[in-house]
Amino acid sequence: MTDYFHTIRIDPAKCQGRMSCLRVCPTQAIRVRGGKARMLEDRCIDCGECITACKSGAILPLTDPVGELTKFRYTIAIPTPALYAQFGQDILPGKILSGLRRLGFDDAFDLAHTCGEVSFVIQEYLKENKGPRPIISNVCPTIVRLIQVKYPSLVEHVTPIDIPREIAGREIKKKKAKQLGLKEKEIGAFYITPCPVKMLSIKQPAEKGKSHLDGAISISDIYGPLLSAMETLDKTEENNSLENICLLGLGWAIAGGIRRTLKLKNSLAVSGITEIIKVFEDIERGKLKHIDFIEAYSCPQGCVGGSLTVENLYISYNKILQLLETLELEKVKACPDIVEIRKRYRSGYYFIEGKLKPRPLKPLYEDLSTAIQKKKEKEKIYNLLPQIDCGVCGSPTCQAFAEDVVRGEANLTDCFALVPEKFKELSQELIKLLNKTAQSFSKSPLGSKSSSSRKKGGQ
Amino acid sequence: MTRDDEFRQTFKIKGRDFSHAGGVSTEIKEILQEIGIPTQLIRRVAIASYEAEMNVVMYAQQGKLILSINPETIQIEVEDKGQGIKDIELAMQEGYSTATEEMREMGFGAGMGLPNIKKNSHVFLITSTPGVGTYLKMIFYLDHEKAS
Repeated sequence: MTDYFHTIRIDPAKCQGRMSCLRVCPTQAIRVRGGKARMLEDRCIDCGECITACKSGAILPLTDPVGELTKFRYTIAIPTPALYAQFGQDILPGKILSGLRRLGFDDAFDLAHTCGEVSFVIQEYLKENKGPRPIISNVCPTIVRLIQVKYPSLVEHVTPIDIPREIAGREIKKKKAKQLGLKEKEIGAFYITPCPVKMLSIKQPAEKGKSHLDGAISISDIYGPLLSAMETLDKTEENNSLENICLLGLGWAIAGGIRRTLKLKNSLAVSGITEIIKVFEDIERGKLKHIDFIEAYSCPQGCVGGSLTVENLYISYNKILQLLETLELEKVKACPDIVEIRKRYRSGYYFIEGKLKPRPLKPLYEDLSTAIQKKKEKEKIYNLLPQIDCGVCGSPTCQAFAEDVVRGEANLTDCFALVPEKFKELSQELIKLLNKTAQSFSKSPLGSKSSSSRKKGGQ
Repeated sequence: MTRDDEFRQTFKIKGRDFSHAGGVSTEIKEILQEIGIPTQLIRRVAIASYEAEMNVVMYAQQGKLILSINPETIQIEVEDKGQGIKDIELAMQEGYSTATEEMREMGFGAGMGLPNIKKNSHVFLITSTPGVGTYLKMIFYLDHEKAS
């Protein structure tokens, strides 16, 4: 039907049809048919809500196993800044990067540095761009997909600046290839990811043909080995410091971090799909034109709240805040040079190669007149339904069920509340049938017996 | 009354109900998406219907909105019982508003409501009787969009 790639898999063998996923899906992309959950691919935005909701462990995120590393001659780890928040207060970014190298990566690259670069770029873009306001950050791939699917008119609000992890992948491969005399394809750049959706943006970027990254390894998969690796580092190599860590870039780990470090006044930081939907509704109504920039993350509190992280999200949020405060006191030493960034900005260095296109849900029918008829039909069906959104039919709401019936993807008889009606019809037939039988009985001795008892009663 | 090729739905709007305000225009947007109306036209209808809905919420006791869609046009009529508008010409001016301080604090009352409806619709009609209520009608042409 569609060719969208998703990083969420439902294992039918494990699925018990318990419907938890059905209720939490923000885009109504799940149906339960024949007792098994199924995904509607064109609706799914890979937010991962269903992964958390599933009690049977049947919905799984897709990330790369660490084994993928052997395919390359040289490997580089590019960890999300949210990784820096996963360990105790005493373990600083420098040590975490050393730990990744000890773990077997040939190098580990501090993504916060590129994030910082892109923060400056956003600042430039906000100054220069006179297009529709507010401008929406594209850092969270789920949000980008939510816009494509449910808010297609907001596509033009999304920043056209490439995501830091992509820029980092592109540049570090170029640099290393030159340095080591290797071909770029011999170098594997692996993103250490806080959520499954980043894997998706690597396998199938929303805007362009191909990602500059070669895979994503989840924080939860690497956490244990990384912790052990860090323990084996000796004092000289552990480099346990905040030195060279860019304040602006660190902010990317949490919702509100970009806003805070750039000191953007007219901007919002929003996290959690339900809250984001409210904000997007307001933008579509033309209510937020006075806002310049919106940082939106599908996970609560931003990337530290990703489903593949290990540390409690409030603890990790707090750790990032503390690191930011420490760096703020030191007055942004390690951040990239703004003059250089401006030069590159003009050359187009930071812009996305492709263009983001809307991906609106398909209407009830291609042709408008037929679509209107289908809509009328849908309303008729909806009016027959109990309108309690019980979900027993396997569609998330009565509206969705009516639509599924009109599209021919469900049967009216799947509605649990219509069963008593059917039962009444059937039972009326049954009564008729019984009456017929009773009449034939009345000629039998049983019939005369009952009439005699009636006589008795009358005496 | 309804044409065979027309879909029609009536929505009730309650005055002063700020917690549900905007719900009707969101529902309208979803209906237009289902039917497959072009994205940019949906945006215009969404803005205009939201402004009209908010006018009822802010200034009337109650009102209703009737949405009709046929293959040529989208029509929205809003009728309310409320204070009405004394001077329509003045109300149509950008920046003119009779909103209270409280409404302004909530981000409303910039005096852009009616001008915004006019700007976003292709045909806009308004009549009002002070002390009785207001009726407005907006039409959006589906072809108009293709042409522009």
